[in-house]
Amino acid sequence: MKKTVFLGALTVAGLVGGAAAAATLDDVKARGTLNCGVTTGLVGFAAPDANGVWEGFDVAVCRAVAAAVLGDPTSVEFVPTTGKTRFTALASGEVDMLARNTTWTFSRDTDLKFEFVGVNYYDGQGFMVPKALGVTSAKELDGATVCIQTGTTTELNLADFFRKNNISYEPVPIETNAEGQQQYLAGACDAYTTDASGLAATRAAFENPGDHVILPEIVSKEPLGPLVRHGDNEWGDIVRWTLNALISAEELGVTSANVDEMASAPTNSPEINRLLGTEGNLGEMIGLDADWAKRAIAVGGNYGELFEKNIGENTPIGLARGLNAQWTDGGILYSPPFR
Amino acid sequence: MTTMTDPPQASFRLSQLIYDTRYRSYTFQFIALMLLVALMAYLGANLVTNLAEQGQNIAFGFLAEPSGYDINQRPIEYDSQSSHLRASVVGVLNTLIVAFLGCLTATIFGVIAGVLRLSPNWLVRKLMAGYVEAFRNVPVLIWILIIFTIMTAVLPSPSAFRGDNSESSMLFGSFAFTNRGIYAPLPIWEPGSQVVVLTFLASIAGAIYYRRYATKLLYDTGKLLPMGWPSLVILFVPTILIFFVMGRPISLDYPALETFNFQGGMQIRGSLIALWFALAIYTGAFIAENVRAGILAVNRGQTEAAASLGLRPGRIMNLVILPQALRVIIPPVISQYLNLTKNSSLAIAVGYMDVTGTLGGITLNQTGRAIECVLLLMLFYLTISLAISAVMNLYNNSIALKER
Ligand SMILES: N[C@@H](CCC(=O)N[C@@H](CS)C(=O)NCC(=O)O)C(=O)O
Repeated sequence: MKKTVFLGALTVAGLVGGAAAAATLDDVKARGTLNCGVTTGLVGFAAPDANGVWEGFDVAVCRAVAAAVLGDPTSVEFVPTTGKTRFTALASGEVDMLARNTTWTFSRDTDLKFEFVGVNYYDGQGFMVPKALGVTSAKELDGATVCIQTGTTTELNLADFFRKNNISYEPVPIETNAEGQQQYLAGACDAYTTDASGLAATRAAFENPGDHVILPEIVSKEPLGPLVRHGDNEWGDIVRWTLNALISAEELGVTSANVDEMASAPTNSPEINRLLGTEGNLGEMIGLDADWAKRAIAVGGNYGELFEKNIGENTPIGLARGLNAQWTDGGILYSPPFR
Repeated sequence: MTTMTDPPQASFRLSQLIYDTRYRSYTFQFIALMLLVALMAYLGANLVTNLAEQGQNIAFGFLAEPSGYDINQRPIEYDSQSSHLRASVVGVLNTLIVAFLGCLTATIFGVIAGVLRLSPNWLVRKLMAGYVEAFRNVPVLIWILIIFTIMTAVLPSPSAFRGDNSESSMLFGSFAFTNRGIYAPLPIWEPGSQVVVLTFLASIAGAIYYRRYATKLLYDTGKLLPMGWPSLVILFVPTILIFFVMGRPISLDYPALETFNFQGGMQIRGSLIALWFALAIYTGAFIAENVRAGILAVNRGQTEAAASLGLRPGRIMNLVILPQALRVIIPPVISQYLNLTKNSSLAIAVGYMDVTGTLGGITLNQTGRAIECVLLLMLFYLTISLAISAVMNLYNNSIALKER
């Protein structure tokens, strides 16, 4: 890890100066693959399956972008990053975008100079404890040993939460979710804390998920979304509108099953037509062809389909749509209009 | 007949810089230096422009901002409202703690293993060879992880100590070995305890003085005073007396099991133990080889001469061989100490918060000030390495062969 940080620093320092400069789109096209930073493995969000093929909710965003830009959802090079290495990887140009449970915060946006292009999961930080401890509220965790991933907002929220409630704890910093899981299961920490979605995904991978409870307190706002580097607005637009295309597709009823048919000829909904390129020239405006959104949606379906398939209630992870429902369904998912 | 030749003209031609052997090496050194400076300047300029392009600068103001994170092992007062600078200092102290403990233990392991590798006993010799080969040839990161994993997997968690017929119980009712570390009683220094401590220090001085006196008496008059028990008496009796006279000002704070963890007493965290032990045992294997080389470098004749004077093997080693071997041993051991200190930066693998974990880890990550943090880190490791070398070189000079 030391090496990565150092190399990263050097890279930022410009030894390979220029590689990270503007025109990411041209680079991606010339390379023929999209380099996408993901987690080191979090079932449901990003993890390789038995054949080594990456899949998950965050992975789907990468694939949609690859499909829109390169026409091929498999032309993605997935780069596993830890909470600590992700920003260096993006800043140095090692990856073109990050889709890695990353919280949109003020300082990351302004000081670290990244551009969050949207939110693909509205989350908040929670705590998981073994049922046997008999703890029912995070406020009872006085004196507990808590495992946290370093380099995350989790770490800072945790310090704030315990300070605000005037209770003490012992942090055990770890680098990856897998490590945290191992430590937690070995009893080296009493509680594990991270984004509630991550907790659900982690718990789903346990042998006896029922032995562990996720406490009711959600101690923070964690809008998770894909991000790119500051300074290349064209590229940022492509990633932003690809995500919006997935969200709008759900709102407009475009699915993986009917997208081909709807895109073959203009429908009677002008917005669908603009989205799928049978009307207007939105694709051209972001430097792509007319079919870009159709390809992105065809990969794994619209936002709702991706949610259900990867992390939804019928998966082991079992997350409800909650805040992440469309605004028309009582959620806060709201894509700006395609026009 | 005398021929007069003019002394060579002192005129200097430029070509001499290359063709004249007197100047040639300077010329090339100068060119090399210029190239190096140019390279550095190029890299530096590159850094500055690229940073400017990204709208960033090099500034250390972030060090004064509140860090926002907590650290488990805090040798000094620290909380999440303290500054990044303070977090770095905590990290530095943690690095120094593990480096100090590691060097000390590695030296002990190394000397024992190095001496025993030359033992006449076949089994002992082979065992030590096995130790050296096994530990020297596996990366230290692996050892850190192995030891840490074994600790977390094998030792019970604190909750196993709960209840009347619990699975685990504390050693002597005061030590608990858990997968989170070792909990031990902590001495509490109440007013008056200074007197006890001072008495003890004075007793140590007294014991040393007594032994000097006895040796002198032996050499001067041949009268043999007992050494063992009087030293012990001088060492402990006054201290114990004063301890009771002062009304037992030193008490022990025992660790006790609370809701989640043992509280009170002293906690030596599992991460520290794993890191310390792994570094010590790994570096110890290298030091063992240095020790062995040093001993082998002392002429066999020395051993034989000492033996013929009637010295016992233990004394030969302590009085004749080791003092001479030390001159060969110390220089390479310095570099082992440096290696150990630098290897301690692997601490984050087990969640030990050394300076790489705080300044080079969380601070770097939360502030995005990669260049500043890495520069500071380099500066720190450089300083500490130079300091270790300086101290050890002083020691080396003090034991070096005095040429008169
Ligand atoms: N949202 C937080 C935390 C992100 C985070 O680290 N999430 C964890 C679990 S939800 C993760 O993705 N771990 C996967 C890994 O270890 O690579 C942040 O952006 O700082």
